[in-house]
Amino acid sequence: MTDLTSLTIAGLRDGFRGGDFSAREIAESYNAAVAASKALNAYTVETPDIALAAADAADQAREGGNLQPLSGIPLGIKDLFATVGVDTTAGSHILQGFQPTYESTVTANLRKAGAGMLGKLNMDEFAMGSSNETSTYGPVLSPWRRKGSNVGLTPGGSSGGSAAAVAAGIAPGVTGTDTGGSIRQPAAFTGICGIKPTYGRCSRWGIVSFASSLDQAGPMAKTVRDCAILLEAMAGFDPKDSTSLDLAVPQWEANLSSDLKGKRVGIPKEYRIDSVPAEINALWDQGIEWLKDAGATPVEISLPHTKYALPTYYIIAPAEASSNLARYDGVRYGLRDVPEGGNLDAMYATTRADGFGAEVKRRIMIGTYVLSAGFYDAYFTKAQRVRALIKDDFRKAFEQCDVILTPTAPSAAFGIGETTDPLAMYLNDVFAVPASLAGLPAMSVPGGLDGQGLPLGLHLIGNELDEQTVLNAGLAIEERAGFTAKPEKWW
Amino acid sequence: MADAAAPYRIKGETGEWEVVIGLEVHAQITASKAKLFSGAATAFGAEPNTQVSLVDAAMPGMLPVPNKECIRQAVRTGMALDAQINKWSRFDRKNYFYADLPQGYQISQLYHPLVGEGEVEILIDEKDEATAKRIGIERIHVEQDAGKLMHDQHPTMSYVDLNRSGVALMEIVSRPDMRSPAEAGAYLKKLRAILRYVGSCDGNMDEGSMRADVNVSVRKPGDEFGTRTETKNVNSVRFVMAVVEHEARRQVELLEEGGQVAQETRLYDPDKNVTRSLRSKEDAHDYRYFPDPDLLPLELDEAFLAECKSSLPELPDAKRKRYEDLGITPYNASVLTAEVETARWFDGLLDAGAEAKQGANWVVAELFGALNRLGKGIEDCPVSPAQAAELLKLVADGTISGTIAKQVFEIMLETGEGAGQIVESRGLKQTSDTGAIDAEIDKILAANADKVAEYKSGKQQLFGFFVGQTMKAMAGKANPGVVNERLRAKLDG
Repeated sequence: MTDLTSLTIAGLRDGFRGGDFSAREIAESYNAAVAASKALNAYTVETPDIALAAADAADQAREGGNLQPLSGIPLGIKDLFATVGVDTTAGSHILQGFQPTYESTVTANLRKAGAGMLGKLNMDEFAMGSSNETSTYGPVLSPWRRKGSNVGLTPGGSSGGSAAAVAAGIAPGVTGTDTGGSIRQPAAFTGICGIKPTYGRCSRWGIVSFASSLDQAGPMAKTVRDCAILLEAMAGFDPKDSTSLDLAVPQWEANLSSDLKGKRVGIPKEYRIDSVPAEINALWDQGIEWLKDAGATPVEISLPHTKYALPTYYIIAPAEASSNLARYDGVRYGLRDVPEGGNLDAMYATTRADGFGAEVKRRIMIGTYVLSAGFYDAYFTKAQRVRALIKDDFRKAFEQCDVILTPTAPSAAFGIGETTDPLAMYLNDVFAVPASLAGLPAMSVPGGLDGQGLPLGLHLIGNELDEQTVLNAGLAIEERAGFTAKPEKWW
Repeated sequence: MADAAAPYRIKGETGEWEVVIGLEVHAQITASKAKLFSGAATAFGAEPNTQVSLVDAAMPGMLPVPNKECIRQAVRTGMALDAQINKWSRFDRKNYFYADLPQGYQISQLYHPLVGEGEVEILIDEKDEATAKRIGIERIHVEQDAGKLMHDQHPTMSYVDLNRSGVALMEIVSRPDMRSPAEAGAYLKKLRAILRYVGSCDGNMDEGSMRADVNVSVRKPGDEFGTRTETKNVNSVRFVMAVVEHEARRQVELLEEGGQVAQETRLYDPDKNVTRSLRSKEDAHDYRYFPDPDLLPLELDEAFLAECKSSLPELPDAKRKRYEDLGITPYNASVLTAEVETARWFDGLLDAGAEAKQGANWVVAELFGALNRLGKGIEDCPVSPAQAAELLKLVADGTISGTIAKQVFEIMLETGEGAGQIVESRGLKQTSDTGAIDAEIDKILAANADKVAEYKSGKQQLFGFFVGQTMKAMAGKANPGVVNERLRAKLDG
């Protein structure tokens, strides 16, 4: 029989519907693979019973002829999504043991669509990180290794557990969240696809907030088609989220087409950065050729405020985070540490000192600083203005083109512990952050391997609400890149 | 009585001081019956933590969604205060840590409030329209209330009740336009009346649905504003007046001793009638206000504003003017419009056909007196406006006299019977039967021949005696006009 864990979601769906195998067989295969993958540290909680229950329901639905779009498909869920009765900790000690009584809208949508859950996926604490090293559960190891090396590599972050799970075949698809590249950078590092839709497509209700004006959920999977399938199930208007878009969900999968005739691909000149390895710029050029081959016309565009995007992001995101994370105070849930005889202030100080890791504390401090009296205008207000200029750059660019192509990340995956300077770490998201600030849909698709045998991604940014063009361009690259490389199993 | 037009001054060692007052009134939007950003209920007096949604408890991943009815009520309130309504406004976060504040921030509106400048007209002396004064409103913003700490549940720990967490408040900020305790009291009363007319807030100060932060400073008349103190959470009109009085005097004493007023937050202790320092400016929080990224700006369209406008009731000032135009005295008009329930009852009386002036006099003199005796508010009045109108009509058309009307009203209060029925069954109808009246008059004149003689020799004031005797003999039922006329005929004729 086929190794079910090697199939795509579309393959699993079609095989299950065609009677090649049962949903229970799918769930059992994945449960077994998950159980055998402890070395990756990708899952923080395994929920084989939930996966089996959903599978049995799917098998019954198949008999009853009332299949849902994701019937029979088990998924991994990033630990940032609230899941009823299952630990939801955002990778943080401060929430360890927290089991919500509620289900996030996105995961509820997936369950309604018939999907099962294999477990919760490791991540950078509160989604703050680009290497999955800030998790209270320890780093996730990428299934990939450099040629001839057994140095542990990061899968990227913050959706590092999610990316590693798809790359290692211990989930056919997963949820991720992206605030400044947290879906796209790990997708690139692990040779998979991941899309962040337009801000507001996916409800944020029940997703632990990092930076509210930037946070957006999205799927990660082996293929562009699988991303389209998952995103259709995840997205949709939610009256419980004021920033949710009240729009019908398009049929992204049905409208997939790699024919890009008449499409113009914008190549932003400001993204040519000298410090980026030649291999990455070469892959970018190759990407342009692939899109030309699919019928698109490349046009040079300018995004002049790009160089300010990263500093702007590192003002706005920590500012929002410093406020969003104030609720973790030891009063109502999660960790509570009170020193002997300590008062309320002592409880706050001890709980938060013990509960948050170094990176989270760093960002809370940055955020508190930029919002404080005397600094607010110089930092936060100015950053908001620059954000508006960055949005305007994209608005003008999309008068000249239909989709933008860039590299996803300025490097391939790096080793655990190799990047210790926070600023160097922040640079990982240099290409990803502008689209986040502008709220635009953006996707990473694998383009090839670098000289050390590690995956590199290509990054597509679309106009507001135009996920379709992003997916279509992604499909065109996917078809031409022929990326079939898989990490050699060592775990 | 003091001359209300004379400015209020505090006499110090160094001369006279003027007091400057501004109020920040927190009014709960009770009309919505639900919280500002969650659907949780807001009933007063519920068991602790029984009116708390996941949003109010700030569980991870929970998001606020504005309650449209709260916004609508705040807009209607702004319109009632003649204020500018901002079609574009935005919510900001005010960040600070406290155990009664689950989110770690209060959602409020600092930079772009829902309502801008407006004004309230007060009568410093409600009997005297010459004491009218306009008090400026700077803004009204909408914000969340916090929960409540309970310190009496455990020997070493405090408990938190989140029932009030997220309750919608309107913060109504006045200009520093008030100059005396009386003005501050009149302003708060008037504001409360308007809110109750609009229906946005029930104005129940005992239950905390309305409370005021009182800003007070003093200066020599004509000088610049002095440094102000802010006394928080004062929950009655009387206490607001007491705070102003006390705080102004304290500041004058301090300044005259060569001291300085510290800009600080104070608390009022009603038991000792003193204010004491809560925290100084130096200890003030840095609230790190910034636009709440979970919420989109509020944009109000014309249809929404039109509905808010058209749903406003007649407001106290307009109603008072209308009553005066109907011939009601300014004092009665002012009394009848001070409370929305009174005005509603009186409008009911007018709708039932009562004559305005007669009705107003009767309500102020008779009805209020009766309610006072019964210890009831007008909302629990045992007599309906329609029943009262029936009684007044019987007086107006001469069926019964004013004296009998008082008796009939007492019976109405006791039995709930209608006035007409009472008059009928008890034979209280006024008589204009000249035969019967003449007969009684003749008897009285015969029995009081000496007084008749005195009258005829010029002691005119005895006329009243004969009227009284006749009315008594007729058991009050004689038409006084007829009695007068017949007596004149017999005595003077």
